[in-house]
Amino acid sequence: MTQHDGPPPGRAERHLLYGERPDVAGAAGYTDPPPRMGFFTDTSVCIGCKACEVACKEWNAVPEDGLEFTGMSYDNTQGLGADTWRHVAFVEQREQLGGQEPGVAHAGTDVFEAARRLGTSPSSPGPGATTPAPVAPDGRTELRWLMSSDVCKHCTHAACLDVCPTGSLFRTEFGTVVVQKDICNGCGYCVPACPYGVIDQRPDDGRVWKCTLCYDRLGVGMEPACAKACPTESIQFGPLEELRERAAARVARLHAAGVTDARLYGESPDDGVGGDGAFFLLLDEPEVYGLPPDPVVTTRDLPSMWRHAGAAAVTLAACAAVCFVKGTR
Amino acid sequence: MAECHPVGFQWVMEAKARGAKVIHVDPRFTRTSALADVHVPLRAGTDIAFLGGIVNHVLQHDRYFRDYIVAYTNAPFVLREDFRDTEDLDGVFSGFDPDGRTYDNSSWQYEGLEVQAASGERDQEYGRRVESSRSRSEAARGESHGSGGAVLSAGEPERDETLRHPRCVFQVLKRHYARYTPEMVERVCGVPPDLFRQVCELIAGNSGRDRTTAFAYAVGWTQHTVGVQYIRAAAVLQSLLGNIGRPGGGILALRGHASIQGSTDIPTLFNLLPGYIPMPHAHQDEDLDTFVQAEATRKGYWAEMRSYLVSLLKAYWGPAATAENDFCFDYLPRLTGSHSTYETVTAQIEGRCKGYFLLGENPAVGSANARMQRLGMANLDWLVVRDFSLIESATWWKDGPEIDTGEMRTEDIGTEVFFLPAAAHTEKDGSFTNTQRMLQWHHQAVEPPGDTRSDLWFTYHLGRIIREKLAASTDPMDRPLLDLTWDYPTKGETDEPDAEAVLAEINGYDAHGDPLTSYQQLKDDGSTACGCWIYCGVHADGVNQAARRKPGKEQNWVAAEWGWAWPANRRILYNRASADPDGRPWSERKALVWWDEEKERWTGHDVPDFAPDKPPHHRPPDGATGVAALSGTDAFIMQADGKAWLYVPTGISDGPLPTHYEPQDSPFPNLLHSQQRNPVRQLLPPHPDNRYQPSGHDPGSEVFPYVTTTYRLTEHHTAGGMSRWQPYLAELQPEFFCEVSPELAAQRGLEHTGWATIVSARGVVEARVLVTDRMVPLTVDGRRIHQIGLPYHWGPNGYSTGDAANELTHMALDPNTHIQESKAMACDIRAGRRPRGRNAVDLVLAYRARAGIDDGTGTEI
Repeated sequence: MTQHDGPPPGRAERHLLYGERPDVAGAAGYTDPPPRMGFFTDTSVCIGCKACEVACKEWNAVPEDGLEFTGMSYDNTQGLGADTWRHVAFVEQREQLGGQEPGVAHAGTDVFEAARRLGTSPSSPGPGATTPAPVAPDGRTELRWLMSSDVCKHCTHAACLDVCPTGSLFRTEFGTVVVQKDICNGCGYCVPACPYGVIDQRPDDGRVWKCTLCYDRLGVGMEPACAKACPTESIQFGPLEELRERAAARVARLHAAGVTDARLYGESPDDGVGGDGAFFLLLDEPEVYGLPPDPVVTTRDLPSMWRHAGAAAVTLAACAAVCFVKGTR
Repeated sequence: MAECHPVGFQWVMEAKARGAKVIHVDPRFTRTSALADVHVPLRAGTDIAFLGGIVNHVLQHDRYFRDYIVAYTNAPFVLREDFRDTEDLDGVFSGFDPDGRTYDNSSWQYEGLEVQAASGERDQEYGRRVESSRSRSEAARGESHGSGGAVLSAGEPERDETLRHPRCVFQVLKRHYARYTPEMVERVCGVPPDLFRQVCELIAGNSGRDRTTAFAYAVGWTQHTVGVQYIRAAAVLQSLLGNIGRPGGGILALRGHASIQGSTDIPTLFNLLPGYIPMPHAHQDEDLDTFVQAEATRKGYWAEMRSYLVSLLKAYWGPAATAENDFCFDYLPRLTGSHSTYETVTAQIEGRCKGYFLLGENPAVGSANARMQRLGMANLDWLVVRDFSLIESATWWKDGPEIDTGEMRTEDIGTEVFFLPAAAHTEKDGSFTNTQRMLQWHHQAVEPPGDTRSDLWFTYHLGRIIREKLAASTDPMDRPLLDLTWDYPTKGETDEPDAEAVLAEINGYDAHGDPLTSYQQLKDDGSTACGCWIYCGVHADGVNQAARRKPGKEQNWVAAEWGWAWPANRRILYNRASADPDGRPWSERKALVWWDEEKERWTGHDVPDFAPDKPPHHRPPDGATGVAALSGTDAFIMQADGKAWLYVPTGISDGPLPTHYEPQDSPFPNLLHSQQRNPVRQLLPPHPDNRYQPSGHDPGSEVFPYVTTTYRLTEHHTAGGMSRWQPYLAELQPEFFCEVSPELAAQRGLEHTGWATIVSARGVVEARVLVTDRMVPLTVDGRRIHQIGLPYHWGPNGYSTGDAANELTHMALDPNTHIQESKAMACDIRAGRRPRGRNAVDLVLAYRARAGIDDGTGTEI
């Protein structure tokens, strides 16, 4: 992190619970920490194989989460929880038929002209350049099947960590957020604190569980199990700065190919959680994937809440005093 | 491919990132469709009409690769005058024998040359080929097709390189597919003409000198009564477009399990010996020479079959195999007909087959007509099941569906069932051979727990113990067993045989016991031994070449030092065709191998699949045979004529050109011919539990109005033995379900996540309902047709359970491969759960009665 990219002096100190914070590990007290590590999940290349779900459970010995036929397309996992740390969402939409890079298949594109060019030009056209117009039997012209692997966001401002009274939740040297199972006392404060609904208690003893970003693997230079298992590099693991650059280039490429709906989610340090350590490339609104559109760290307003509470307390005391004074009169 | 081969699909995604267009043709919109540029839903069972339509488009619009097909295919070859096409005979080819339901293929041959097939039904030629020899005319008996006819010809076939001769293959092909128009494709397949033309242009436009198109298929193409012809149709198209033997081309068979390719190379098939050497049929007095004379080709590398076979016999029987005893050729078992899985089941039911080994196979839910499978197993003396879990094939005798209906009682079943726990691939050494013919070695990671053992351990020790028991035998019948070389080193507490010693035996060794490096070293005099000639070189220099793992980034794009591919570590077969007839690459962009004028050798990125010093303009001398008879442009070196076959003169049971026939059970008539079904499809002897349904316009056909197809999901593996017992996989797809369109759900009152009952003439199953836009109704011949998707993973055992889709399927087979038609059939669907007990049987009987089904239904020619 260069001085140039750094936050305005004192800003982080001014507001510990909100806003940009480029050096999360440093702020947590690590001296000379490794670069912040994270996930970039590019849903435009996800094939919904769920290898990430299985690899995560195998490596972390996460229990099976119930056998339920949900009817939600091929998603029988339903969501993240204490016993599901990776979750692949399947969304069937009446949108453009065909690929998840529906490309330039808007009115005005001459498919056959494009196809002819394809045969004569040895230079390979870019992705989406000749994506055909939607044609389907029986008048159904629009179908899109979105797949997306969700995970704990490892927020810059992690409310779960901030509210943890035991110190079970901690910030690692990689900037990730991890629960220490031997310290968690099952109070559950972190559960409502998470703006994404990720962290969750196991009913048997009440302790909370979530993605550790495979802290045990990172420590020995291995990538997390889900990223290792992903066959299409939909889940990419690496230094967050590098991932952000890669993601920006990918979005630009998709936009150039006409996929104007492509957008990043959780990538910006300006967002309500100060940016996610695990961010996503989506092809539709976050709500479509079951993600909150504008997550805000639930502890953002804690200082002003305290101020308000303090003011209220003072007011109350004043009122009481007034009443007392009046009453004695 | 994304559904069933997600790891392989990463390469499709990489190609896509580099600009490749992905077309997905499938009745359903799957995870593959989601990532494809074009998805083409079509009616299951109509792919030959679809592919034939593309062939017609390519021929009519001159989109074929003319220089390629003239040089490298049999397009210019002239056919005999007595050949008649299906277009002449309304759906059958000349040579059809309606009584025997077979073809005599003599009229399919070239004018002036009789050829032998490089694979497939080579025994077709037995009669003709052996009769012409001096001493073996009586051996012409047997199941060979026809007799007399053409004699072994040393001549050159008649060719017309202008492709104008009315009887040349090119013109025959053009006439054969002329009626496969976009309009016909729409009527048969339900694919709109615009979408169809778009596919044609994408494929044709992406083929030629500069570009190549690849086809990938899986059992959605093979499991039909015309399955082989599906693949043939793709071969015709790819040959016309010049997409064989070139980088980025080819037809890729995506196999159903790890190493299914390996189990055809070193086969678990009844009719093949290792390396695709045919298993001998039971001809009278057939010796080694007669066999080779009948089965080998006159030209090309199959002319060396004797060397391959003698080396195999030496690997099997070592010192006992001598020139004097024909290298123990008589020890090989003989075929007396088809002995496929389904004939075996029939033989079990008839009491002729008494014992059964199931190694990693679960026919009680995974094979067609699961009920027949169980009836067969219930009539055995013994059954051995080796698997990870107590699969349905191991427990049907106590909790199978027939116990539930009361049709079977455990105490009446005489089969003695042995269950032996099997080790997983992580618990043993061995190799996988993938669809690219590449062997990759895997090393044992952990010891197998408890009593679990590898299949290698089981087979070796079973053989060892049987040999010990027979050691004193003087019965000549036991000699083949007692003379086997069966001396593998073992290791560890469990005496696990050394898998690499087996690989070394497969690779082969010379008279000094030194490892061979190439199949060209094999001799027919008994001085070499080789367990599988195409694998020769996998243990060259005594090094396990399959265990090489040099990363791709440390070598060129062919990556020849990752694993080892047969033959001779070639990554692309027939790659001589990647260069033009003069030996120059067709284009720089698609250069693979080429002729180096200075060094006078073939060279390139891949190992050239050609005699390294044979110049492009080489013409063989008159009378040359074998490899020497190949010219400098005979790129298809295994073929008897050195050419890719647009038209198959021999070796295939059901016709030289792919023709559309309807599936065995179909709601539609054949719109192309009055011949409804493949006339030579294989039907087993009638059995009350294997009834067929009326099709097309036949009365009763309307009782089964919906098209059904079975398939796999990413989350499970085949019949579930490896996945339904795994909680992490079971929770991802926890129950048997059917996929239906919203339109069909409305029509039949099916409720999303509710239950549906699906019925065929064979059985009834219940499934949870998944209503999805991904299933789309099609308009076929003016009629709206709904298709039902049935993943076939489930059975009553395990952690995730459900009915088996294979209760519905039948045993009508492809005549070449004897594979079942489980990818296209007809059925009925209704809301609610199925009846239980005896009522389930009665429901099926009621359906049969309504449709007027008897033992003759659907068995018409």
